[in-house]
Amino acid sequence: MRIVVCIKLVLDPEMPYSAFKIDADGKRAIPSPGTPPVISPYDENALEAALRIKDAHGATVIAVSLGSRLARPVLNKPLAAGVDELVLIEDPAAIDLDSFASASILAAAISKLGGADLVLTGRQAADWDAGIAGCVIAEELKMPCITVARKVTVRNGMVRAERLQSDGFEVVEALLPCVITVDGDLGELRQVTMHGLNAAKKKPVTSWKLSDLKLESPLQPRCELLELYIPERKRVCEMITDENPEDAAVKLANRLFE
Amino acid sequence: MPKKTMVLILGELVKGNLSNITREMLGGSRELADKANGRLTLLLLGDKLELVAEEAIAYGADDVYLAENPQLGTYQADTYLPIIEKAVKDTEPEILLMGQTSIGRDIAPRLAFRLGTGICMDCVRLDIEPVSNILRMTRPVYGCKALAVMICKMKPQMASIRAGTMKSREPDRSRKGQLHALATDIDMSQIKVKVTAKVEEQMDSVSLEDAKVIVCGGRGMGSSDSFSILEDLARLLGGAVGASRPPCDAGWIPSTRQIGLTGKIVSPNLYIAVAVSGSSQHMAGCAESHTIVAINKDPEANIFAMAHYGVVGDYREILPPFIRHTREILESKGGPRCC
Repeated sequence: MRIVVCIKLVLDPEMPYSAFKIDADGKRAIPSPGTPPVISPYDENALEAALRIKDAHGATVIAVSLGSRLARPVLNKPLAAGVDELVLIEDPAAIDLDSFASASILAAAISKLGGADLVLTGRQAADWDAGIAGCVIAEELKMPCITVARKVTVRNGMVRAERLQSDGFEVVEALLPCVITVDGDLGELRQVTMHGLNAAKKKPVTSWKLSDLKLESPLQPRCELLELYIPERKRVCEMITDENPEDAAVKLANRLFE
Repeated sequence: MPKKTMVLILGELVKGNLSNITREMLGGSRELADKANGRLTLLLLGDKLELVAEEAIAYGADDVYLAENPQLGTYQADTYLPIIEKAVKDTEPEILLMGQTSIGRDIAPRLAFRLGTGICMDCVRLDIEPVSNILRMTRPVYGCKALAVMICKMKPQMASIRAGTMKSREPDRSRKGQLHALATDIDMSQIKVKVTAKVEEQMDSVSLEDAKVIVCGGRGMGSSDSFSILEDLARLLGGAVGASRPPCDAGWIPSTRQIGLTGKIVSPNLYIAVAVSGSSQHMAGCAESHTIVAINKDPEANIFAMAHYGVVGDYREILPPFIRHTREILESKGGPRCC
């Protein structure tokens, strides 16, 4: 069985508010100097989902990443964690793509790889937080799609997943091939070991340009960004202080309820 | 000539009633439709919808399209998608809206793809330009560190709407509207993803979405047991208990209690954040609360930049006297009251 996991490099979402900057045109976030990008956290959960299936049944796991400039050392992590192959679609033209264009390119890459039994990706990327690409990859490849899964198991050509919902979860089943977007509830990507790091050096890494892929139409964006800005924060917190915690608690209760 | 459909909303039901987000979208879209001098249409799929459809008219809809079939009682993308796609093609709306809900997340991108249009997910604000009817959609990005203003280049212009960002109107039972039945031919062989079970994980009686008061615990709570003091406070205030992501990841509290960008987005009157650091991903879920109170040991915690009232200290020392004194105040006033 072959599993393709689509992973995106993003600005570290854990960076403090103060380090987050936007360019003068109001179109792009600027990486802080010296801070490398990270794999979008939900994509790491998707990698873990793939590796658990590989542990249980054996599978070839291929990670695919798309970008105008990909930080190669960061993408060593999936290989060290147990992914078998890495495919990089790196092209200067792959900049400011909308989710639909990115999904078309990723779907074309999956087709060029000879298809997949299971395509996994994070429920949404930590930069644009849209959650569109996974669903559109499914449409492009004419596969069923399961979104926001917190548990994924495969058995006899069937995939079974728990979909997170506001009041609990639902269990869904589909025949392979299938696309699944993965939630953080599934669990974190496993720790990388020394052995894994050594093994990663021998694993195949393929690089493609957009011209290597059969893309059906020119990549027309469906949405356009007019402006990106950091909202002003004017809130001033009234600090309730007292040397004695009990007195501070009483002051707070008075302030709120009296 | 009848007015054109300006906005089509994909409605959702909760236990047979219009969901809150559906009522909010009706309220918000009523303004958009009036500004553009067009009709506001609601699309509902489910079983036995006529009473709910009347309700939708009271909340602002001009037309309600009903796809009624017992098979549609449970959401399944493969049965819903073709019916919605056809209804959109028939009504030709300028704008197509749905809630940023479990269903919205699941169906909206695929619907956009099939309709050959784009979509902005999780919008918090919509503005319509006069004459051109171009919709400017504002959505939080980068874990809510920034806002993006976007337009959709094709028609219909699609958006999913974050809960609590549009305002429902008071229902007006005298409003008149039209109901339209839709054909619901369901090809069972089209169902590729089957729902085999549904499990509810609701903890207490007040749901987070409806709670006027929320007491939220963060990583600093330290353990599952420590949440019991938050339960005590929530009970006293007639509220509900939530959590930021770390306690959910640690299994101290079910994930359905998570408040944040990828959990629930809430806007109660009073939000008491206890031992919560205040990451942007968490604040995305509660920043719109009327009053935010932060209790945290770390005076540098980001939560203090977002709160209205803050106390620096250990919640173990602050909450017990806070609960005692709050109880005294409430009793002297004759019962719980919202702030």
